[in-house]
This record gives sequence, C-alpha cells and structure tokens, in this order.
Amino acid sequence: MQQDSTKIPFWRDIRVLKVLFQVIFIIGIILLALFFYMNMLNGLERQGIELSLDFLMSEAGFELSEGIDFDSSDTNLKAFWVGVVNTLRVSIIGIFCATIVGFLFGIARLSSNWLISKTAAVYVEIFRNTPLVLQILFWYPLILTLPKVRESINFFDSIFINRRGVYLPSAVPADGFNTWRWYLLSGIIIAIIVVLGLAAYRYFFQDRELHETDRPSFVSNIILGAKWVAAPIFLTAAIVGWFLTPEVSFVLSKPELQGFNFVGGINFSPEFTAMLIGLTVYTSAFIAEVVRAGIQSVVKGQREAARSVGLKESQVLRLVVIPQAIPVIVPPLTSQYLNLAKNSSLGTFIAYTDLYAIAEIINGKTDQSVPIFAIIMASYLILSLTTSAFMNWYNRRITRFGSSS
Amino acid sequence: MEDNTLTQEVKPPDTSKGPVRWLRDNLFSTWYNTILTCLGLVLLFFFFRVFFIWVFTQANWAVIPAYLRTLMIGPYPIEQVWRIGIVFCTLLTLLGLSAGIWRDRVLQIAIAIAGVGLFLLLIPLDVVKEGEDTSATLEFNLNIFYLIFFKRKWLLGGLVLLAVTFLIGRDKNTFKRWIIIGWVLSFPWTMIILHGFGKNAVSTTDWGGLLLTLILAAVGIVACFPLGVLLALGRRSQLPAIKWVSTVYIETIRGVPLITILFMGSILLPIFMPGDFQLDKVIRAMVALTLFSSSYMAENIRGGLQAVPSGQVEAAQAVGLTYPKTMHFIVLPQAIRAVIPAIVGQSIALFKDTSLVSVVGLLDLLGVGRTILGSSKWSGNYAEVWFFIAIIYFVFSFSMSIVSQKIEADLGVGKH
Repeated sequence: MQQDSTKIPFWRDIRVLKVLFQVIFIIGIILLALFFYMNMLNGLERQGIELSLDFLMSEAGFELSEGIDFDSSDTNLKAFWVGVVNTLRVSIIGIFCATIVGFLFGIARLSSNWLISKTAAVYVEIFRNTPLVLQILFWYPLILTLPKVRESINFFDSIFINRRGVYLPSAVPADGFNTWRWYLLSGIIIAIIVVLGLAAYRYFFQDRELHETDRPSFVSNIILGAKWVAAPIFLTAAIVGWFLTPEVSFVLSKPELQGFNFVGGINFSPEFTAMLIGLTVYTSAFIAEVVRAGIQSVVKGQREAARSVGLKESQVLRLVVIPQAIPVIVPPLTSQYLNLAKNSSLGTFIAYTDLYAIAEIINGKTDQSVPIFAIIMASYLILSLTTSAFMNWYNRRITRFGSSS
Repeated sequence: MEDNTLTQEVKPPDTSKGPVRWLRDNLFSTWYNTILTCLGLVLLFFFFRVFFIWVFTQANWAVIPAYLRTLMIGPYPIEQVWRIGIVFCTLLTLLGLSAGIWRDRVLQIAIAIAGVGLFLLLIPLDVVKEGEDTSATLEFNLNIFYLIFFKRKWLLGGLVLLAVTFLIGRDKNTFKRWIIIGWVLSFPWTMIILHGFGKNAVSTTDWGGLLLTLILAAVGIVACFPLGVLLALGRRSQLPAIKWVSTVYIETIRGVPLITILFMGSILLPIFMPGDFQLDKVIRAMVALTLFSSSYMAENIRGGLQAVPSGQVEAAQAVGLTYPKTMHFIVLPQAIRAVIPAIVGQSIALFKDTSLVSVVGLLDLLGVGRTILGSSKWSGNYAEVWFFIAIIYFVFSFSMSIVSQKIEADLGVGKH
C-alpha cells in the first residue's frame, strides 16, 4: 500500500519526461520538414518543374575560360567540377599567400620600430574593417586599367603583368619525365614499406618493453618514420633518378609574346588575380592579429629568461617565443583559413567562375534550384569539414608533443 | 691639495627625454631598425605621393554629391524622409536617457555620436544641383543657419533631444527597466515608422543605401540572439536528440558561405512556403542573415556558458531552481556578460557581411554603389565610389571595434 503512494506517476518521472520531450521535439522537427517538403512539391508542381538530376548530364551551353578546358558542349557536371577546381585553386594559393603576408604584418606589428609597427597597425585596421566584397570590387577594375599586353610591366623577362592578368614562368614536364616518374614511384613505395615495417617492428617488439603509458602509438611511430626515414629515401630516389635519366625531366617555360598575347608559363586571369589579392590582403589582416595575439600570449618572463641565458634576439624568437605561440595561433588560424575558403564564393561578384558562380549560372539555365543548392551546400561542407578535421589533427599533434618536435 | 676632479659629479647630458631621444629609441635603436625606418619612409613617401596626387588632381569627386542621398537612403521617396527623421530622433532619445542613467561607457558613446553629429551639423558644405542631369557639386555655403534649420533639421532635433534627455535621465535609476523595454520596442517601432500605412506606405523594396545596411545588420544581430541562445543551450543539452539537432544545424551553417544561405533565402524559401504566402526580398534577406548569424551567435554564447563555473549551476540546483530559472537568473547573465566583446566582434563581421545582399538584388550601400557604376556616365569612377563607401564602412566597423576593446578592458578579459 505504502509503496503505491510513493511511486512517482510517469508524467512526473524525470526519466520518462526526458524521453518524451525528445520524442516530441523530433516529431516537431519531422513535421516541420514535412511541411516544407509538401510545400516544395506543391510549388514545383504548380510551376511544372520535375526534380531530377538529369541536368547534370545534359549539355552546359556556356563557355568557361577559367581553369580546366571547358566548352559549351561539356556537361553541367563537368562545369561543377571546373568550379570546384577553381575554388580550390584560389583558396589554396590564397591561404599560402595570406599566411606569409599575415605573419609578416603580425610580427611587424610588434616591432620595436615605431614606424614599422604603426604602418602594420594601419594596414590591419583598414583591411579588417572594410568588407571583402568592396575590396575585390576595387582591385578588379584596377587590374583592368593596367598597361596593355604590348606594354606589359616586365620583371627580368620572365614575369609579365598587364591588363590580361599575371604571367609567371612554370616548369613543364619534358621527355625525361616519363622515365623519372618511375624513380619517384619506386621511391614512394620503398619509403612506405620501410616506414610501415619499422613502425610495426617498434610497435610489436621494441615498445613492448616500455610501460603502457610511455608506449608511443602506431600512428606516432609512422609520423616519426615519415620524417626521418621516408623523406630521405624519397629524396634520394628523386635525386638519383634525376641524374640517371638521360633526358631532361623538366624544362622552364617562360611566357613569351606571340601575336596579341603571351604563350607559355602560368597565366593568372584578371579575375583570379583580383580574387587572390582581395582574399590575401583581407585574410592577412586577420592573420596578423592572430599572430600578434599568439606572440603576446607568451609571458614576458620567457623572453627575459631566454635573453639572460645569452640567446640572441633571433634565437629568442625562433627557439623560445614561436614554439610557445604556435599552439595558441593554430586554432584561430584554422578558422581564418576556413573563412578564406568560404569567402572565395565572392568570385561571383567579378565573374570569377568558382563553385558558387557556376551554380548560379546553371541555376539560371535550368530550373533545378533545389538539387543545385544541395550540391553547393554539400561541396562547401566537405571542403570545410576536411579542412577543419586536418587542422584539428594538426592542433592535437602540436599540443600533445609540445614544442620540442 | 685635494684633487677635486675625482669627487665632483659630472652629469651626463640629459637625453632621457625629448624628441632626439624618442627618435633614437623608436626609429634608430639598432642598425637594422635604421635600415627599416629609411626603407619604410621611402615606400610611404611614394605611396602617399601617388595617393595624394590621385585624391587631389585625378579623382573626380563629383559623383559623390550627385548620389549622396541615394548612397544614404537608396530609392526611399524624398517626401517620406520625415519617417527616417522620427526614427533617428527616437533612437537618440533612448540613447540620451541611457547615457544619463548608466553613464560610463554609454555616456562616452553618446558623446562620440554627439561629436560626429555636431561636426556634420556645422560643416558649411552643401550639395548644389547643376541642371537636369545627375551632376552636382559640393560647395561652401556660408549661410549656416539655412543649412542647420532647414536642410539638417532632423539632425539638429536629434542632437537637441539627445542633450535634453540626458539631463532628464540623469541618475533616474528606477527608469532602467523601462529604458530596456524601450530599446526592445524601438525595433518594431523603427520598422513600422519606416514602412508606414495606407497610400503613403514605403515598401521595403524602396529601402536602400546606408539605411538598409544598418537595418539589415541590426535585424541580423538582434533577431539571431534568441535563436542563438536556444541553440547554444541545445548544443550543451544532455538530451541527445536536442544536442544532435543543434550541433548539426550550427556546423552546417558555419560550414557554408553566407552567399549560399542568401541564395537559399532568395530562391528556395519561396518554394518551401505555402503557395499564397509571399515574402518580399528584403524580408527574405533578413531571414537568411538571421539564420546565418544565429549559428555564430550560438558558438559565442556557448563559449560564455563554458566559462561559468559548474559550482554556480550546482548552487542554483541546491536552492531548488528549475532548469529554466537556473539558466535565466544564474547562468545566462554571467555567460553573456563574458562574451559581450565576442558579440560586438560578430556584429562587426555581420555589418560587413550585409554587403553581400546586393547579390540577390538588394540596394544596400554596396548595391547602390554598383548601380551608380552601372551607369555609363560614372562607370570609370569606381575608385571614388568605392573609396567613399569604404570610409563609411570603416567608420562604423572601427568605432564598434574600439567599443569592443573598451568593454574588454572593463570586463578584465585576458588579464590574469
């Protein structure tokens, strides 16, 4: 009898309530999704649109000059692929440049030289506090007002800048490349086998003697091997192969004026150049702040102690400050890289045919906005998630091993 | 004889202060600093030479006065500008009262705004139209009373209201709650006044320029707040279903560029809505901006929630507060206080990001600029237009970042 009165009724039992609440929540979400889905079906039916992915295989009907060769008879799917490659190209080169420029300005910001540090501060504040679109819309017409092709700005006869973009020399595979390739491939295979074997040997035999907590993981053995064994093996194979190959593997291709345009080398189109400058300048201002905060996070005593044991100023930076600042810098740096990759979607403002711009073109030509939206969302998500996964891995590694490795 | 020269103190020349000492410490301390200084000076000289030659001799600034009103308010009808005036005066009234009650930082902000306002009020320049076409110039107009009392009457009224309400609001601490309610209500009030009713109503498609940019930024940051708090609490929830839904939402939105969310708002939202339900494009952009910034807000607030010691929650539970009460009275006030600088930072980012809405056909500050440059008469003057617009963006973002730094200093963030 007494047990009955103390028994909690189910509507006041927290365990039941928790489950009930979540079930109601999920049902609510599903109902909302269903509501949108039904609306979508109705709306599409009214407009006479049938959802299908067939448009991916149909002829694109537009031309793209940027990136991989593409003409109007290629499929829409290939157009998306061109967009992905263009997005990756501008993002990767942009990240590379922004990191260098950002670190330079971040260090300059902390310079003991008043003029240098104030100039860096002004640079950071100007480019951080104005929208990136505005900056890109400023750089693009500026590039189009550069000298004509025949009056290009010329650096050492190998770099040319004109209103059609930037022309750089490049290395082009030559006759010997096919032979040299096999040396490289065998170098990679030997390196992988040796590293795996060494890691397995250490993991199963040598490390067993250690206590469990001191035992390095299999992955960390591989990383150690990659650094000290695989890299030398691969380099040796590459160098030996280079000299054993009778023909030259690469020739330097310089841009040369032929007719009305330059031929050879790498060409950055005006759109690409404007995007690259915009992304680099804008992101580098943020990276400079990240670097400054990271360096300032190293307590003053560390510098003073380093100086008192007689290290030179450059050694203080290289051996004491930077190793401690890097773990502070990496997480915010990651989000800046992600921002840069996402901001490359602003190419659509100046007709740089990145992923988003191409999605917009295809959306104008077909009526499949729902699958197109799904495709660009998925592509950007994959890009973001892989970048952040890689940077998280890198971050864990540097925080675990500390500053010594 | 005693040799006096050994005991007599000879003071070294005083170099501890003065410009020479400053130069030596800050510009020429080492040989490489000297080289850097010289190199920097040469580069800066060439940069400023090019820059000033452009500003004073090559640039054609006539485009700015010709389109000044369009840049500020877009296609908003000129007969209805009094609506903007009323909104402006309302906001300055609230600011004046707040400055009187809270003092400190709020008062400093009010003084800064009053300073900028006074400058704009007294500057003796006037836009003079030259004939039928869009050409106009900025000319000195020394009839300053005409300018102040006729052309800038709303600015004058706003500044007077700011001063008067500051004096009224001084130390009336019992008003605090009403002022906060007033700030919350000022939001729908602004929308209603700007839109209006009946035949004089100004449709949102006529909103534009800086006005639209500010409205979009304000909507984005204010409307995302409740959603952001819920998402942040959801992501930290112990109920797996809620936690996963919140996490997936936040990470999905943060993983894609704003432009795709705007694309969704402008093209997909109408498809997902019931057939007869129409949203104009400004509202759709607002929805997109809110959905976008709520996930960033959620992450900011989550950071604040993590900073609240678990003892606080345990103590609240010990005195018998329920979950909503614990959050409302104990956790959220501390969490939000800790992340105010991050929220200001996000406001700056969102303010700049509103420049993307011109991609879906809105005439915000940047959209107006693109329209001006689209006309063949001014298409070559892109640098002047972008420079002017950049200054506007810079003034707003930079002042917000200064406020953020001050708040950070007040809260003692980063000090151990």
